[in-house]
Amino acid sequence: MISAVGNDADEVFQVLKTAKTGIGRISLLETVHTDELPAGEIKLSNGQLREMAEMPARYPCSRTGLLGLIAARQAVRQAKIRDMGEFRTGLVSGTTAGGMDRSEVFYRSFLDDAGKGRLRDVVTHDCGDSTESIADGLSVRDYVATISTACSSSANSILYGSRLLKSGMLDRVIVGGAEALTLFTLNGFNSLMILDRNICRPFDLNRNGLNLGEGAAFLVLESDRIAKQEPSRILCEVTGFGNACDAYHQTASSPDGHGAWLSMNKALMTARLHPGDIDYINAHGTGTQNNDLSEGLAIEKLFGAEIPLCSSTKSFTGHTLGAAGAIEAVICVLSLVNQVVFPNLNFNQRMNELHFSPVNTCRSDVHLRHVMSNSFGFGGNNTTIILSVYGHEHLH
Amino acid sequence: MSICIKGTGIVSPQKTFHDGGFPDEVVEYRGIRYLKCIEPPYREYIDPMTGRRMSRIVRMGICAAKKCLQDAHVTMPDAIITGTGLGCIEDTEKFLTSVIRNGERLLNPTPFIQSTHNTISSAIALSIKCHSYNSTYVHRGFSFENALRDGIMFLHENPDSNVLVGGLDEITDHSYLIMSRMGFWKRKPIDNLALLEYGDRGSVPGEGVSFFMLGNRTDDDRNCVRIRASDILYKPQSEEYITLKLQQFLAGQDAGGIKPDLLLFGLNGDPRSDSIYHNIHNILFRDCNLAYYKHLCGEYDTSVTFALWLATMILRHQQVPDVIKLKAFEPGEINNILIYNHVHGINHSFMLITRC
Repeated sequence: MISAVGNDADEVFQVLKTAKTGIGRISLLETVHTDELPAGEIKLSNGQLREMAEMPARYPCSRTGLLGLIAARQAVRQAKIRDMGEFRTGLVSGTTAGGMDRSEVFYRSFLDDAGKGRLRDVVTHDCGDSTESIADGLSVRDYVATISTACSSSANSILYGSRLLKSGMLDRVIVGGAEALTLFTLNGFNSLMILDRNICRPFDLNRNGLNLGEGAAFLVLESDRIAKQEPSRILCEVTGFGNACDAYHQTASSPDGHGAWLSMNKALMTARLHPGDIDYINAHGTGTQNNDLSEGLAIEKLFGAEIPLCSSTKSFTGHTLGAAGAIEAVICVLSLVNQVVFPNLNFNQRMNELHFSPVNTCRSDVHLRHVMSNSFGFGGNNTTIILSVYGHEHLH
Repeated sequence: MSICIKGTGIVSPQKTFHDGGFPDEVVEYRGIRYLKCIEPPYREYIDPMTGRRMSRIVRMGICAAKKCLQDAHVTMPDAIITGTGLGCIEDTEKFLTSVIRNGERLLNPTPFIQSTHNTISSAIALSIKCHSYNSTYVHRGFSFENALRDGIMFLHENPDSNVLVGGLDEITDHSYLIMSRMGFWKRKPIDNLALLEYGDRGSVPGEGVSFFMLGNRTDDDRNCVRIRASDILYKPQSEEYITLKLQQFLAGQDAGGIKPDLLLFGLNGDPRSDSIYHNIHNILFRDCNLAYYKHLCGEYDTSVTFALWLATMILRHQQVPDVIKLKAFEPGEINNILIYNHVHGINHSFMLITRC
């Protein structure tokens, strides 16, 4: 993974433990809002990212594609994949704005004169382009797919990839998502007046909106049969996933969090787990008035009085939109592997409507078997993933 | 696999938004640069107050989805899955233009809200209060194929369910201009029905919204059409490889393999893109009836959905419209149709559609 809190999973792990946010002043994206709107920006130029991604200069590639390729290469390396052709392998990536970071450059010239603007900057516009850049970089041939369900895009990549494995169509699938910070999304969320001018405070009484971020994360999923051949490579298991639609409003979440409750409940059902089995929730927790209330109430409805440890790590990374589900899934993997829960930063005061508070210090006095990650998007596209320590059935 | 198509709803540049089969009258467009949809009677499907704020593709999407629900006699689907290459490109352009022109100040959020690719699948869910599974795929010439794969898996996981799967894309002046500069479209205006006669590079862009209700079973055997198999091929290295994969695709369906009664190929008038269709017809299916469809709907990332709708109509009504016939036309019963389409030689798609 690559995000504002580190250029790979090890770096991210170190920063998360020290409770230091990656959100700060925007310095690379050219925007009029640099002094007003903080964001989780990755402090590397496109040129530097190109080198890290091992992407030759002659190929057009969006920042989204570069971030995605960097993260996917790390995942493939860690999974010790030697030959991509060895098994039927696919790539599923989620993104919301795709190559918008380059389209914005193109459009400035194009709007003045339709014959102007470098085509190189617009051929990467569509969401599928970044996925194909990643697939080609990794030599994935057997299946490619791109998902765009707003802020749950890459959570749905994990869900779709898991099902492609279960259905027997693929043996191995690289799943995740990528998102670059763009003027389009920054101004879009700003026009909705849900961006905090300070660093976000998820689940706090005085929360005042979200901060955007950028980044990418990928996970290598394998069928049981393939994974078992080399069990030492197994980090954890995707045991549950649920997708539901809030169907309440195009952008707002329902006040009672019905869709959030549905997706969490469905995930529990596919995992064949009870609420009491969940040891940690990595919440969607954007820091907006609406989301945190709706999600918080849904969590209370599902878990009753026994609320698991819960935190939103968006206070570290910012909201990375299409990449958020995958970034937070990787954070959950770090939690499971290292048996640690990362804090929800900037939490001071419990919300009046809720009876629980998020974890606000780094906790290593934990015993994590099953962790849940929520991702909720515009349009009420809600998805929940459950990750478990491998071989959890034997732990009961 | 073998999945039933229980109903359809389609908005296209042809008069397809009605009950029944292929329209009696083919719409001919003369001297055009792109094909645009004939818009459906929105008021019958969308509350005018709500519709006023929706973009054209969202309105067309809701109409086609509702038509499909009616056609299949389903009130509440168990999943809504869409595929779109470029999504709500009109609102995307609108918001991007305002960000640049207004110097990032005082922006109207409505086009931003409606610019996300999942706007249509969620607007459909919202309009019928459907809390079920909901997803959107956005992978170029695989957008619909990704969605279809999801729908097929969903039906395996939930055998009694009804899955609403759709493909949609819209054309705008800006996307037309940009893709013209990339060399995708013909330089001069054309007559759509003569699409294959020009011989110069480029195709003609189009648009459309098509929905299909999929299920494992149907109560109506007479009208039942099945998607027997579908597969995709990403960046195949050669024509020989495509031919081999297509043979394997057909052979995999039956002990002796299937010989299609009709080929529905994605010829788009660009010789660079069309040669593969002719070659495959010559090599694998020399005597087989060959038909095409992009002169009716234009080229776009999810145009394969127009072909799927056409195949459904042909199998249901046992009639092949003259306007789509291209080569070797023999009258006779049509029990299975092979759809083969590719987008820019990168995203190749096969579908085998049969009568129940």
